[in-house]
Order: sequence, then structure tokens, then C-alpha cells
Amino acid sequence: MASYSTSEFRSGLKILIDGDPCTIIENEFVKPGKGQAFNRVKIRNLKTGRVLDKTFKSGETVEAADVVDISMQYLYSDGEFWHFMVPDTYEQHAADASAVGESHLWLKGQDMSEITLYNGSPIAVTPPNFVELEIIDTDPGLKGDTAQGGTKPATLETGAVVKLPLFLEIGEIVKVDTRSGEYMSRVKK
Amino acid sequence: MDWQPSASLETIRERARIYQKIRAFFAARDYLEVDTPILSIATNTDANIASIGASNLGQSLYLQTSPEFAMKRLLAADSGSIYQICHAFREGEQGIRHRPEFTLLEWYRPGFDYQQLMDEVEALIDCLSGQKNNFQRVRYCDLLVHQTGVDVTSIALPQLRTRCASLLPGTDTQALDFNQCLDLLIALVAAPAMQGYLFVYDYPLSQAALARASKSNPGVAERFELFHDGLELANGFSELTDAKIQRERFEADNRQREANALPRYPIDNFLLAALEYGLPECAGIALGLDRLLMVLLNLDSIDEVMTFSD
Repeated sequence: MASYSTSEFRSGLKILIDGDPCTIIENEFVKPGKGQAFNRVKIRNLKTGRVLDKTFKSGETVEAADVVDISMQYLYSDGEFWHFMVPDTYEQHAADASAVGESHLWLKGQDMSEITLYNGSPIAVTPPNFVELEIIDTDPGLKGDTAQGGTKPATLETGAVVKLPLFLEIGEIVKVDTRSGEYMSRVKK
Repeated sequence: MDWQPSASLETIRERARIYQKIRAFFAARDYLEVDTPILSIATNTDANIASIGASNLGQSLYLQTSPEFAMKRLLAADSGSIYQICHAFREGEQGIRHRPEFTLLEWYRPGFDYQQLMDEVEALIDCLSGQKNNFQRVRYCDLLVHQTGVDVTSIALPQLRTRCASLLPGTDTQALDFNQCLDLLIALVAAPAMQGYLFVYDYPLSQAALARASKSNPGVAERFELFHDGLELANGFSELTDAKIQRERFEADNRQREANALPRYPIDNFLLAALEYGLPECAGIALGLDRLLMVLLNLDSIDEVMTFSD
């Protein structure tokens, strides 16, 4: 099994901690002039999303996690799995609900997402930062109210419910930030 | 190619101005500026410091980790007070506050002890910063009790490991020995809480390095470190002048190195011969000049004061 020494630590490196795949977010080399050196690292558990601090004695080795992020096209959901495809190779992967998490709210057919594979199986799905989705349900628009504040809930084609300005109508396309779930702009068809 | 300097030209000029002030400061105090070799056939045996090797015509050499051994040979040869600005090298030390090649200001003063040397460090930094600074002093054991609740004079290793684990979750403390636990607490708990200039002094004998044991206070060495906002700037001693004890420490270092699966290093027999001839009672200090520049110029990364950091 491949392993990394603390001297190879850098952000983005994938390592196994307590049997779970983790990614290094921050790595700091700390050493008293005449004392033991340590690597203080912040890591994210890729299965649970939890962030935690770890301290290693410099020179220790840590097992590498076979983790890769691959850009894939979303195909469809069969209710149990969400199916993705690598465009170049047509290779398909099925992600279960725990891997997809809340991301299913932003998955639209043909759109590309980042799929994190651990030992060849999807463990996380990251949608694009911005998606363009059609409004399928909302209260009627208020004509002329384009500048005032005020929002209304709307259901988008993927099932996501977002707050939209009052003037938008069913059938229109909106751009949404998937990280915050916030409306960005109206998209002209 | 990004061939440009990593420090700004203003920082490079400021470094030059600081060097001029340092030289004026020491000249006014009758110090001799010296220059000693960077390459040596022997090196520092400290288990926590790795030397960078070199070779010449098949002979193994080391880049100095500090100019300490050569400067002590000068002191034994009756040089009087001496200082040096030089580069030092330590393998694997790389980070926002570390570079494997860095700049040291090192000086020795016969007749001084470590407390008098702390006074001189204060005078130097006041001179370089052009203002009167506030310096605090705290004994090592008081700092640890205050910041971590650990009484270094009485705690046993299992309890020390438990305390480290509760203060720093996510650390495999079972893999740490007594001194490694102390280093962990100083570097990751005590230092981040420090504010302003702080001298920590009277280190445990197990961390004496090349300091002499205190005559009045058993169990501690006459060693100090200077920190600024938790950034370690300097390390000083009342110097160990006893050749026999020095040899024992070198050999203990090498045993520790073997225990840690590190190579043994050749002991500096020139230094031991000089100590046998007679090193005057003196105090000495190594000050990290790059880090002092970071403090004086209010910069966060050592790369910003290195002329080049590629």
C-alpha cells in the first residue's frame, strides 16, 4: 500500500485516517529550534464531511487513500442510485444516497459534476458551483416589481426549493449558486 | 520562470540597514566580527536537528546547523567577545516560519551569564527597532503550569501523555517520549498564547542542549529562548565549558539518534579539544535574523524576508 511521509503533506493530499479516506486542507510545519518537529494538519473526512485537527510527529508515514475526483456527466436516477458517466470513456458509475447527499437537489441531466471515487466507488458528488434550472412551481409574478426587494419560494425542476424575486414566473430559467442555494440571476432563453 | 526575488526591494534594503545597525551595536560593545567555515567534517549531534550533507573528493562533509562549535574554538583561543552573521542549514525544515537555509546572528561574551545576555538581547532589539520595547521573562516550568497545568518537575510520562491528548485531540501521544510531549505543549499550546516579547528561561536539564546546569537551581539548565507573539526568535545559554560533560552529551545524543532510527553523526573532536584546553566562562546566543526581520517589518511568512526562496 502506498504511503506518504509528513514531508510530502500538502493541501489536497488524500490519506487514510482511522480507516476513512480524508483530504488534507491545511498543513503547518511546527518545530521548536531544539525540539521535536510536528505537522499540524486540518483534514476533512471524505465520507462524513467532518473537519478535524491532527498532529503528526514529522517523519511519520501515513497510508495513502486511493481517492480520485473525476468530472462526470449526470445521466438519471432510478430511485436508489444516481448514474454518472465519464464522457471520454463512457465508463459509468452509480452513486448511492449517502454519496450523493444533498447534491441530488442540483443534478440535472447532461450537467457535469465532480465524482469522488474511493477504491473505485463513488463516495461524494459535488455539483457545479452554478446551475441553470427551470421554475416548475411558484406563485404568479407581480408585473413591474423588478427592483423592489421581497422574495417568494419556488420549486425548480430538480426539486430544489429556492427563494426568488417576485417577478419571476413558472417556465423561466434561473441561475442558482449550489453552495449557498441562493438565486443569482434570470437566464434569457 | 518566476526568477524574481521573493522579498520586496524595500525589505532587501531594510535587511541591509538592520545589518549595519547590528554591526554598529556590536562594534560599540567591543565585539569582534568573525567568519568561520560553513563546511565541517563533524556536525551537531542533536537528535532533533538534521544536517545537510556535502562531499569533497569522496570525503563526507556537513553544512553547519549553527556556527557554535567553530566560535567556541575561537573563544578558547582567547578571541574575546565575538559575533557572526552567517547562513545555517537544517534538513527538512520548511514551512511558513522555516527554511532549510536561514540566517543566524550568533554571539558570545566571556564573563556574561544567561541573565546578563538577556539584558543585552533587549538592548539590541531596542536598538534595531528604534524604540523601547516591553520584554517579559518567565521560567519554563511556570509557563507550562500556567498554560497547560503541567508541573514538569513532578509529572510522570503516562499522565503527561494524557494531558497532551486532552489539550491536543488528534495526537497519538503514546508515540511521544517525555521531551517530545514537552515540545508539543510548548509549540502548540504555550507559544500560540504568547504576546509580545517573552523570554522563557531555566529549561529542564533534559533540554539543556549546550547550556550548563544551574548551580543554584538543581534540575534546570541556564538556557533561555526569546519569543515574539509565539514566534521563536533566539536560543541562548550560559555555555557548558566542561569537556567531559560535553562529550557525554554528544554520546547521549548519538544514542538518542540511534533509538530514533537516525544516523549517528561524527562528534566534533576539535571542539572537545578546545574545551579541554579551556573555554572561558561565557554566555552565547543564536538569533534567527530572518524571523527578527519578520517581526520588525510585520511580515507573516519567512519567504517574504528571504531574498530568494526558490
